[in-house]
Amino acid sequence: MKLSQSGAASAAPPRPEVSDKMSQSSRQRQRARSAWLFLAPMICTLLLVAGWPLLRTIWFSFTDASLTDLNAAEFIGWGNYLYKEDGEWYGLLADAVWWKSVWNTLTFTLISVSVELVLGMIVALALNVNFAGRGLVRAAVLIPWAIPTIVSAKMWSWMLHDQFGILNDMLMGIGLISAPLAWTADADLSMVAVIMVDVWKTTPFMALLMLAALQMLPKDCYEAAKVDGIHPVRVFFRVTLPLIMPAVLVAVVFRALDALRIFDLIYVLTSNSEDTMSMSVFARQQLVDFQDVGYGSAASTALFLVIALLTLAYLYLGRKYMRVGD
Amino acid sequence: MAELRLRNVNKVFQQTHVLHDVNLQIADGEFVVFVGPSGCGKSTLLRTIAGLEDITSGELYIGGALVNDVAPAKRGVGMVFQSYALYPHMTVYENMAFGLKLDGAGPDEIRSKVEAVAQTLQLGALLKRKPAALSGGQRQRVAIGRAIVREPKVFLFDEPLSNLDASLRVQTRLEIAKLHERLGSTMIYVTHDQVEAMTLADKIVVMNQGRIEQVGTPLELYNQPASEFVATFIGSPRMNMLKGKAAEDFGAATLGIRPEHLQVRIQGEAGDWKGVLRMAEHLGSDTYVYVDVAGVGEMTARIVGEMELEPGCELYLHAPSQHLHLFDAQGKPLDASLRRSA
Repeated sequence: MKLSQSGAASAAPPRPEVSDKMSQSSRQRQRARSAWLFLAPMICTLLLVAGWPLLRTIWFSFTDASLTDLNAAEFIGWGNYLYKEDGEWYGLLADAVWWKSVWNTLTFTLISVSVELVLGMIVALALNVNFAGRGLVRAAVLIPWAIPTIVSAKMWSWMLHDQFGILNDMLMGIGLISAPLAWTADADLSMVAVIMVDVWKTTPFMALLMLAALQMLPKDCYEAAKVDGIHPVRVFFRVTLPLIMPAVLVAVVFRALDALRIFDLIYVLTSNSEDTMSMSVFARQQLVDFQDVGYGSAASTALFLVIALLTLAYLYLGRKYMRVGD
Repeated sequence: MAELRLRNVNKVFQQTHVLHDVNLQIADGEFVVFVGPSGCGKSTLLRTIAGLEDITSGELYIGGALVNDVAPAKRGVGMVFQSYALYPHMTVYENMAFGLKLDGAGPDEIRSKVEAVAQTLQLGALLKRKPAALSGGQRQRVAIGRAIVREPKVFLFDEPLSNLDASLRVQTRLEIAKLHERLGSTMIYVTHDQVEAMTLADKIVVMNQGRIEQVGTPLELYNQPASEFVATFIGSPRMNMLKGKAAEDFGAATLGIRPEHLQVRIQGEAGDWKGVLRMAEHLGSDTYVYVDVAGVGEMTARIVGEMELEPGCELYLHAPSQHLHLFDAQGKPLDASLRRSA
């Protein structure tokens, strides 16, 4: 009697467990289904506005398409990228102007993002201090970033104008230069001018991201450091910087991706000058000015690959660093 | 060496007057507890001593030197924060060593100092961990260790136990008491918990609305409260405060009697309060009874041990005259001689 009872008791529990598991998994399935349902419109939109153009661009890069008649495009394999004829290499990968634009873009990205990082950090630290009118200054700092790039680039191109620009006038007024400088035309100066305007425009963005991180920092750690008599500079490098590093990395990724596909600022300031031509400007020139959709698409695809590879490398290194950091 | 003296210290934040003319003397090696309800200014007073807040007016001396305008680091104080304030990205070792490097100590000296302190606080096995991987009690010990390792003249504790659970709080309280015995340094400890204050302190400073209400040993505060506020703040359950006729019979505005001093009787005598039991709380070691006394109000009595009582039954409360506290209309205690004659 006792035995059978215990047998029944031991047999009974699994049943509710099984049914529980089943209901749980069906509930999970239902949740997964509704999640996909919610995501569907976004996925469809992305496929339409990002996936389709991307695939089409990649396809065009393997054709001899021309802007005058896209339907007449014929598949030519790797012809836009690299091919050999009469012992000479041709195609994008053998194009000196393309490599010049790659070099320009990388230089521009490295220098402008570095300068913006340092300046943004200084601005963020200043705005993190309590002072009268801080709210007003915070709003004012954002103005360069809020102005559309076309507008601010045009504004700067007037200020940088070699004959009528205010910058030359001011520099000559205080005696720093004796003759007007051709900021946007001079081969040595035009990249400096482009970087300067980009720094002016995007430092506020960097500052804002870092300010947000600074405001999340535990206040008591700073009081502890104060009581322990640790020098503020040391506190900055040993406490503040490590703690805001994740936010800084995100800010740098955002800015670097933005800088790698820079187009509008350079195009407005220096148009198609080879001294400052970025990869995007190069692709546009091929596509629109030279009507060579195939070649331009090849450049666009290469730009896409460069950005994708750099992003992956950055994310990989970032994760590795953060894991070690933990 | 490290006695503290505060003279007419005032602190004003914009419009709010947080500390009013605080005068206080703390002897070298003393364990002083600031206690009071939230917002009474006890934490602000501690932070002014640390140098984290400026003094609006008055003087603060540490070890005989005026330190009003001395930076926190130069005051020779070590502070343990309520939230521990550990650096989240540093290991336990780095947390403790971080403040030392500045003092010009060599790496070997730092290592031996940190390891010695870690040993005494049983942190030896945790030196390579980060704060996130520690329990609340362990973090607390790291915070204390970080203060100890700098060998400050004065230790400041800002509600160090309030983030711990009850049993850990009792245990850590004992550890802090032992630490004080071993180091013998001056310690100032802020809490809102009167049990912590009573158990730890050589001297308790009771604060209320930015003023010091009373300074004294735990038993002085318990036996001779200098005001109605101190009388009700120290002791748990709180002292019964009777107004009206019950107090007038003794020539006072307010009559106080602690729950543990009330004797609960089934059979009354002349002069006893007769009441009806509203509720009884059984703690095992004690029984708290809440009694409605006609014409007086609800009174609390604490009976040692267990007492089986049915709500609604009639009880008599007897108040031995030596345990009565008499206060005037301003909340100040009446003279003891008056009490005896009553």
